[in-house]
Amino acid sequence: MNLDINVTNLNDKSTCAVAGEIDIYTAPKLKEAILPLTKQKGQLVEVDLENVSYMDSTGLGVFISALKSTKENDSQLKLVNLQDRVLRLFNITGLNEIMDLNSTIHGGK
Amino acid sequence: MGNVIDLDAKNYKSLLKNYIETQDEKFLYRAEQISKSFLKNNILPEEIVNLHMQALDELYPSLSGEFQRSMNFLLETMISYGLAHQEFQTLREEQLALKSQIAVAASMQDTLLATSKPNIEGLDIGVISVPANQMNGDYHHFIESNDGSIGIALADVIGKGVPAALCMSMIKYSMDSFPENAMQPKSILENLNRVVERNVDPSMFITMFYAQYQPKDNKLHYASAGHEPGFYYNAKRDKFEEIEAKGLVLGVSLDAKYHQYNLHINKDDMIILLTDGVTECRQGERFIEREEVLNVIRDHAHLSAQEMVDRVYKYFQRLQNFQLRDDFTLIILRKDV
Repeated sequence: MNLDINVTNLNDKSTCAVAGEIDIYTAPKLKEAILPLTKQKGQLVEVDLENVSYMDSTGLGVFISALKSTKENDSQLKLVNLQDRVLRLFNITGLNEIMDLNSTIHGGK
Repeated sequence: MGNVIDLDAKNYKSLLKNYIETQDEKFLYRAEQISKSFLKNNILPEEIVNLHMQALDELYPSLSGEFQRSMNFLLETMISYGLAHQEFQTLREEQLALKSQIAVAASMQDTLLATSKPNIEGLDIGVISVPANQMNGDYHHFIESNDGSIGIALADVIGKGVPAALCMSMIKYSMDSFPENAMQPKSILENLNRVVERNVDPSMFITMFYAQYQPKDNKLHYASAGHEPGFYYNAKRDKFEEIEAKGLVLGVSLDAKYHQYNLHINKDDMIILLTDGVTECRQGERFIEREEVLNVIRDHAHLSAQEMVDRVYKYFQRLQNFQLRDDFTLIILRKDV
């Protein structure tokens, strides 16, 4: 399974539309795409997970390191359109309390 | 080895002659056998072409000069394949060496992290922990305290393999260093969180469930750091309930606080603790639902706790064609008096 990441930049906002499955094999690609964006001061990095049907804990690791990077670099991270199965991971791990999540999509595709 | 080549060279020549004269397929088959022997003895492709040229020269001295020159040409084109083969051999030897080093590390890990199921009267305990690869990123530990209580730690390091295993050892040693009176589930998690936050890569984290069972008053005290929720089986109502416990995973935020919960355990009640290797099982594209785990447990509830966990593991192993994707750990505690 592949992971496609489409990044669009508009002023201080980068939107990353991610599609596919995030696991131990695809997580490095996600990290490479997102982490440099969070290192830009004042940048809002929005990750759209609408088309991510599966994510494992390695994916959470990528978002945790991105979150830590936003704190060091004064940028912002926001995850939007999480599917239920993916959202559950954030809820179980307590990360929903410290991350900016916006899940408007419910259920799988 | 020289003898082998000489022997094969003679064989090669006679097979070639037989085949050319009879076109009988059994000689082709024997040529295939010889190629296996070549491979085993590290004979390079260009050496085989050379062998072929010599054999031809001896058998049919009158072949055209153009043909012989074309064979020289072929020989040159084989050289890179020969180099690739040699490189492959080297890599294979290196891989073997690495494998045996990992095997040593894995057995060290087994020794370091060894824990034994405590014998507590009235409490039936079943445990199974199986790594997906050589080294286990799941960790469980039982601690018996002087006051008669037992502590049960279950943790899952993000990722698999060697880095996860190294991280586990850190957890184990930190826990060993805590004074016994600090062994309240919530304070254990708070202390460990600080250790992990300071010592691991930013993208690494650990989920952990820590429970303490006090047989004197049948109370289970527990706290969770973002760990996959376990289940409580209420025997009286014959119902499974999710053990709800909120808390952030270890290693993310230095000042994370953990809440401690209590549960009163009655006769035949069960506590089921697991890692996400159990619930993230996949059968092809299908995910195993958490209810399915409970159904299997229910089906085997008449067995001992150890037999139950073994059966559940076998069930999921079969579903996944015996290929575990993730480390699998399942603990069942049942109060049997």
